[in-house]
Amino acid sequence: MDNLESIYTDVIMQHSTETYNKKKIDNPTAMEHGHNPSCGDDITLEIKMNNNVIEDLSFTGHGCAISQASTSIMIDLLKGKTKEEALELINIFIRMIKREKISEEELDKLEEARALQNISNMPARVKCAELAWYTMQKLIEK
Amino acid sequence: MTNYDIKKDFSILNNQDIVYLDSGATAQKPKQVIEAVNEYYELSNANPHRGAYKLSIKATEVYDEAREKVANFINAKLKDEIVFTRNATESLNLIAYSYGMDKLKKNDKVVLSIMEHHSNLVPWQYVTQKTNSVLEYMYINKDGEITTSEINEKIVPGVKIVGITQVSNVLGTINPIKEIAKRAHEVGAIVIVDASQSVPHFKVDVRELDADFLVFSGHKMLSPLGIGVLYGKMELLKNMRPFLYGGDMIEYVYEQNTTYAPVPTKFEAGTQNVGGAVGLSSAIDYLNNIGMSEVEEIEKELLEYAMKRLSELDFITIYGPKNLQNHSGVISFNVNGVHPHDVSSILDSQNVCIRSGNHCAQPLLRYMGLDSTCRVSFYIYNTKEDIDKLINALLKTKEVFAKWINI
Ligand SMILES: Cc1ncc(COP(=O)(O)O)c(C=O)c1O
Ligand SMILES: [Zn+2]
Repeated sequence: MDNLESIYTDVIMQHSTETYNKKKIDNPTAMEHGHNPSCGDDITLEIKMNNNVIEDLSFTGHGCAISQASTSIMIDLLKGKTKEEALELINIFIRMIKREKISEEELDKLEEARALQNISNMPARVKCAELAWYTMQKLIEK
Repeated sequence: MTNYDIKKDFSILNNQDIVYLDSGATAQKPKQVIEAVNEYYELSNANPHRGAYKLSIKATEVYDEAREKVANFINAKLKDEIVFTRNATESLNLIAYSYGMDKLKKNDKVVLSIMEHHSNLVPWQYVTQKTNSVLEYMYINKDGEITTSEINEKIVPGVKIVGITQVSNVLGTINPIKEIAKRAHEVGAIVIVDASQSVPHFKVDVRELDADFLVFSGHKMLSPLGIGVLYGKMELLKNMRPFLYGGDMIEYVYEQNTTYAPVPTKFEAGTQNVGGAVGLSSAIDYLNNIGMSEVEEIEKELLEYAMKRLSELDFITIYGPKNLQNHSGVISFNVNGVHPHDVSSILDSQNVCIRSGNHCAQPLLRYMGLDSTCRVSFYIYNTKEDIDKLINALLKTKEVFAKWINI
């Protein structure tokens, strides 16, 4: 039960039911599709880059609460960041989920995305949390 | 014997506080089966067919006895109509490659039901593409059933192979195999029955069904992993090419060519899983000891109770046949507004194990306009209390989500 409450937290539930990041954007500069075959999570990220800065970011698609929340939280975090900053945050997030070594200072940088830390205790759902972040990595490294 | 007595034989269900409702994926194993496999390795293990010493002969005998046991269990005419494989998937691939690839000609038709498991679907896509034959589907009505008119409309002259699952692993639908086989034979087609979800749960008689091929996996019927069965009518098996080539499946090997061993050895290349066959044989003893009609009865009671309790919940949608006569112990449903993966995670936190996803049947779910469902599936060790715990865990799911969505 502890387990449950530490996963389906208010932050996650709120983001999974909010839809303000779930839309198409006008004239995106690139798009990337991500898919999680085991669970069926399926998202498409749309980005608008302004030189080196992520000016706008959104997603469409469907999936479980964890994947939807993780995507929305990521969009909030990365909008307005430079490409390099975004890649660093993605790297920290993946390390957090994989329970690799990570400093308190790094965790702070993740802001709300820290709410997903406990997913690392639920191996069956790790892929749901990671999907958006790996898809984003591919998108900006294109 | 009641399900409560039976449950005592399943250590995994007694050593921990879990409700196991995923027997459609794989069944738990009773201690009798585990002991039989242990005993084989402690007393009789050797490479079958390959030694002239007593132990190897013993292993060969044990393997053959298991074959006989399986043949009797599904009422095959001949023991040698049973080929051991790794699982249903391998059995279906064997048929696709050794029968389909050779016999299908350009524009011939293969007809499957839309509710086939990927293992009886993907191989046929490959084989029909390679042979320039045509793949068609029998679709379901709104209750998840294949109607007589659909059968008669799709199984027509020109159809050479019909593939049909006896029980849908998603909807629990029991398909009219006898009717489909009769129709297939009238138009000159053979019928392949996927019995993965039926042989474990009720009496299946290959001769009564008039199945040309029938396949299943041991692990869904109390056996260890890694042993499966292909049944085929002898005259078909005799006229088929081998599937895997190598040791044991041969008679004489020359530098440039080989003569093959007779059926079924022709299809059993390499060192065989004797331990698995012993486990399967012991599982059949276990089921026969209960009696397959009793097995069916236990599951019917669970199904009726589960349907009654589930339909009392106004926040879930149940899929599949309404007529429980055509319904095996598999139920698919969704919690309205909640993704099945979240449902199964919350149920897991309450120690209730169910499956969520597309159940290796993507074309079926797409046809039904769904991405995924929750699935519970029963076996002889489940009890009404398991279903009560499922219902409580579903109420808990509602509670977790109620704050955020209209449920
Ligand atoms: C109807 C059906 N056919 C085939 C299979 C494949 O079984 P296996 O994975 O043991 O080969 C399954 C099990 O997942 C099934 O439910
Ligand atoms: Zn997911």
